[in-house]
Amino acid sequence: MRIGTVKESYIADAALFDTKVQRGWMFALLAGLLLLPFFTGQYASYLVCLVLINIVSTAGLNILTGFTGLVSLGQAAFMGVGAYTVALMEIKLGTPFLLNLLVAGGLAAVIGIVVGLPSLRVKGLYLAIATIAASVILHFVFANWTSVTGGVSGLSMPPASLFGFEFIQPDQVYWIIMPITVIMLFGAANLFRTRIGRAFIAIRDRDISAEVLGIRLLRYKLLSFAISSFYAGVAGGLWAYFFRVVTPESFPLTMSIFFLAAIIVGGMGSILGSVLGAVFMTMVPEVLKMMVGVLSPIWPDAVAVMSPVRIIVFGGLIIIFLIFEPDGLAEIWRNIRRFFHLWPFKT
Amino acid sequence: MQMSQVSEQEVSPTLHTEGREILGVQGLSLAFGGVKALSHVSFSVKEGSITSVIGPNGAGKTSLFNSISGFYTPNEGTVKFLGQTMNNVPAPDRAELGMARTFQNIALFKGMTVLDNIKLGRHAHMKTNPLDALLYFGRARREEAELRKEVEEKIIDFLEIDHIRNQSVAALSYGLQKRVELARALAMKPKILLLDEPVAGMNREETEDMARFILDVKEEWGVTVLMVEHDMGLVMDLSDHVVCINFGQVITEGLPHEVQSHPDVISAYLGSGDVAALRKKFKEGK
Ligand SMILES: Nc1ncnc2c1ncn2[C@@H]1O[C@H](COP(=O)(O)OP(=O)(O)O)[C@@H](O)[C@H]1O
Ligand SMILES: [Mg+2]
Repeated sequence: MRIGTVKESYIADAALFDTKVQRGWMFALLAGLLLLPFFTGQYASYLVCLVLINIVSTAGLNILTGFTGLVSLGQAAFMGVGAYTVALMEIKLGTPFLLNLLVAGGLAAVIGIVVGLPSLRVKGLYLAIATIAASVILHFVFANWTSVTGGVSGLSMPPASLFGFEFIQPDQVYWIIMPITVIMLFGAANLFRTRIGRAFIAIRDRDISAEVLGIRLLRYKLLSFAISSFYAGVAGGLWAYFFRVVTPESFPLTMSIFFLAAIIVGGMGSILGSVLGAVFMTMVPEVLKMMVGVLSPIWPDAVAVMSPVRIIVFGGLIIIFLIFEPDGLAEIWRNIRRFFHLWPFKT
Repeated sequence: MQMSQVSEQEVSPTLHTEGREILGVQGLSLAFGGVKALSHVSFSVKEGSITSVIGPNGAGKTSLFNSISGFYTPNEGTVKFLGQTMNNVPAPDRAELGMARTFQNIALFKGMTVLDNIKLGRHAHMKTNPLDALLYFGRARREEAELRKEVEEKIIDFLEIDHIRNQSVAALSYGLQKRVELARALAMKPKILLLDEPVAGMNREETEDMARFILDVKEEWGVTVLMVEHDMGLVMDLSDHVVCINFGQVITEGLPHEVQSHPDVISAYLGSGDVAALRKKFKEGK
């Protein structure tokens, strides 16, 4: 139990992990991430990589939608921009993967800014529609700019490599995906310790009065789009290194809805929520699939019969979460923590 | 001293001793469709003074503040701040120049703590760029540390809100929310502070605290104050200069006691009726 902590200085008070116990857990988590591939098979590594990629993109969308209040259904399309950028750079130029990922993020950010332009005028559902329109246009470009994108058959690309080592298997690509995910999560958390994050939240809460406080609305809305799309672009780039085939169908609109669901289930305006939401949305369908798999020896038709049920159960779980904890998994986590901090003195 | 009903009046320079004009409103008009919220409003705020704008509900006081801070674009007239015409200066730039305000219906950010709401006020004076922010190194860390220190030692201490600094603003009482809004405005490094009904809805004790803060802001911080207020006791006690408006027009202005006893002011408040009784009420003010 930890009832109270005395803060020594303002800097310590403003630290990301402000107690020894928290820092301890953080190191344990990082150590776990470092050791993970040595204890799991390829399939588990595959799942972990997928979760991490989704975490990056979800965190990006949370910055835009959860923290700045701008609804977007363009996240998958921005990932597509990043994925194609990485594929093309890898195929045509063979430049280092870190550079490719940065360019992927940068290009997605630029396109994000363009897509975000209507946000000064329109909000909510209208902005969502504008971002859908942008997604449709980007999809059209991916599918029809054949000379560059390879049209509907897409692009196949070589793996990432470093000093002659090629990252091919999931447990190898993991060493690219995991550190980048960790760094980007710290970046997102840092953002909200500064004036930039505060400006985003102010715009979400009441954008007109934010202006009177000296916040330039257009600049900050576009900045939020840029940062969010940068995250999507990098996530798309990681996705490309992971699957090494990029097609127009790799980033459908349903994937954007997936990310929106992830921030809602995880917790809007919470970095932790982005992580939990992405884990939930990626893992629950897998777990349900495994459960159906377990049934198949006793019930040969299980897979065929249970697939639709699986989807319904997944949808049902999301709805149950929304009803019982509208603030998302992050809030459930906070409640659990509160409980243990005060336990056994107070419950 | 009595002023004419219309606008282009000059404020006599002998009236005040505070010094030069910091804010000048000239011929300001604002209409919402058919409703004329302001017509040809002119007055001047002297540096280092507390100037109050009074007038009955719907007189146009909030509209006036909104036009000054750049929230609304007036149809006619100009606002001059520090000798500079504000017509084409957007609200965020006015804030950066040193114009800070609070809102009649409190505009705090519910998703943030008291501390973050106050820190937000400093936004325009900080330099942290997105890259600094993501890395939280160098400039970002330094600026945040300096800001935190200043907010804690100058503002939070001064306004006596130490005990609530880490609370969410949504959970605070009305009086405390008003105080946090003042704190945020002070974090903006204001040269002029526009307070829209700073003590409305407060009890006696809260009102007295707020009066003390406003006076200290003027005397210790050297910040000019322009406020809208209904509490006559407060207006009479604090103001160096009072402007009374009704139906979007300045009906009179002058020293507090001059405006207080002006028959047009009294009838504006009452509509029409027993002037003597109302005058008595004003006198009791506090
Ligand atoms: N945004 C607005 N749209 C339409 N009418 C408005 C708006 N704001 C104020 N008004 C009108 O302008 C007049 C002055 O209002 P206001 O400035 O709020 O008065 P006060 O603050 O003195 O009570 C009122 O008639 C009010 O209805
Ligand atoms: Mg008003």
